[in-house]
Amino acid sequence: MNDATVAERRPLAAKRTEVVRRYVKPALFIACLLPFLHMLLGAFEIAGFRLGTNPVEKLQDTFGQWGLRLLVVTLAITPLRDWFKAAWLIHLRRMLGLFAFFYVSLHFLTWLFLDQGVYWPAIVEDIAKRPFITIGFLAWLTLIPLAVTSTNAMMRRLGRRWKTLHRLVYVITLLGVWHYWWQVKADIREPALYLGITLVLLGWRAWKLRRRSP
Amino acid sequence: MLIKRSEPGSSANILPSEITPESVYFNRRQLLQAAMAAGLIGSSWSTTASAESQVVDLQYTRNETFSLDDPPNDYLDITTYNNFYEFGIDKDAPVRNSGRFNPSPWTVTVAGEAEVTGEFALEDILKGHALEERVYRLRCVEAWSMVIPWVGIPLGAVLKRFKPTSKAKYVAFKTVYRPSEMPGQRFPVLKWPYVEGLRIDEAMHPLTLLAVGVYGKTLPNQNGAPLRLVVPWKYGFKGIKSIVEIRFTEKQPPTSWNLSAPHEYGFYANVNPKVDHPRWSQARERRIGSGLFSAKVPTLMFNGYEKEVADLYRGMDLAKFY
Repeated sequence: MNDATVAERRPLAAKRTEVVRRYVKPALFIACLLPFLHMLLGAFEIAGFRLGTNPVEKLQDTFGQWGLRLLVVTLAITPLRDWFKAAWLIHLRRMLGLFAFFYVSLHFLTWLFLDQGVYWPAIVEDIAKRPFITIGFLAWLTLIPLAVTSTNAMMRRLGRRWKTLHRLVYVITLLGVWHYWWQVKADIREPALYLGITLVLLGWRAWKLRRRSP
Repeated sequence: MLIKRSEPGSSANILPSEITPESVYFNRRQLLQAAMAAGLIGSSWSTTASAESQVVDLQYTRNETFSLDDPPNDYLDITTYNNFYEFGIDKDAPVRNSGRFNPSPWTVTVAGEAEVTGEFALEDILKGHALEERVYRLRCVEAWSMVIPWVGIPLGAVLKRFKPTSKAKYVAFKTVYRPSEMPGQRFPVLKWPYVEGLRIDEAMHPLTLLAVGVYGKTLPNQNGAPLRLVVPWKYGFKGIKSIVEIRFTEKQPPTSWNLSAPHEYGFYANVNPKVDHPRWSQARERRIGSGLFSAKVPTLMFNGYEKEVADLYRGMDLAKFY
């Protein structure tokens, strides 16, 4: 590579980072907020939006689904970056991860306040006795330290341990898929699709690791 | 005897009065005319163009003894939020995907341990019975519930006309299998066709209803047109829809959800707040229509019909026979 191309590339990369910072990230932020806004308008029946016949179920399902979708999308960032040589994608990962936490938390809070009505005997029994709820609860709990340590300051403070800690997202996503799988009655097509995508994304990481290690 | 026998070359034990000259299959218009002539439908009937299927007004009397005082759920909720896996697994799939389903003409095969068996046109099954409205609670196994004003006839009164023999210990039901009109049947979420069953004493119980309508109108496609079962003290999935076969059997018949997940769904499926589903509690239920911020309500033993049906299960371990 000669000096000329290096000189050309540097401003190009900087320009790209600028575009991501100024346009892509705000657009992604708004896009990630849309399902929440949709539900918010529906809950108060604003502008013709409705949550339908079973509004509690609608909120719970929508938030849970977006939580899981965003977890999977977050997991997809690194592979997509490598496959498409798109280094800038990595700048979107934190926001996607935090939105995943946002939706999983809303899913949990909907269950706690609207579905269970903060009726503690039923809540404790559900978490203790229903494996699919135990798993979902565990996944949400495990997401908390990841959200808390998502800041630049925490990244610097934790150093190499930050990466190890954030690998928990692999387990969390699998727990999320399992939680979904276990609560469907008979049609496992959709949870199977999530499982398939998650396994491809995790399998790609394992394959890369094996190629590098020997 | 008003039952018409249309099966060719059927056995010799039919009375001459049961035989009608030829099998007549009605198209929708003829069905309406026939039903009007039989007094089932009021003269002021009007076709209501609902979202997906056409329904007509029925003539009925309300059975106060068997009706709840609770206000019924909205027609819109009842007809847009339900499970009918033949049209898809989402709650709004039945209303969205049932537009191509054609419930007329309709014939029901009656078979098994009974003196009178064969194929019968729907209107012959209904002929001679007065339609009743009954406001029942419906408790879904998924822990939500509604209050629904059904229109129908007691199943027992219909079954008696087929003269079940002493070997008839159970009654088995089958839903129509029409993958071309029922898109949900194109994928084996359940083993199609859907099958259900009752013990004969459950089937003969005065609460057990063979429904043909809801809210004073014929059943829309998504709610099991033209003929469905309603067993108010059992979970909703026992209420088999779009019935094409009734079979009297000596042995307990297989049932679809039990075949799909035997440790989760039993043959009896009686509503019971003390016997949980393996994956969720059955102690409380969400009353549909109660809004976003209202709490769940306690589920009642036998869905509130304990006084009427508890005797049927005396001495049985209901945790074992769930």
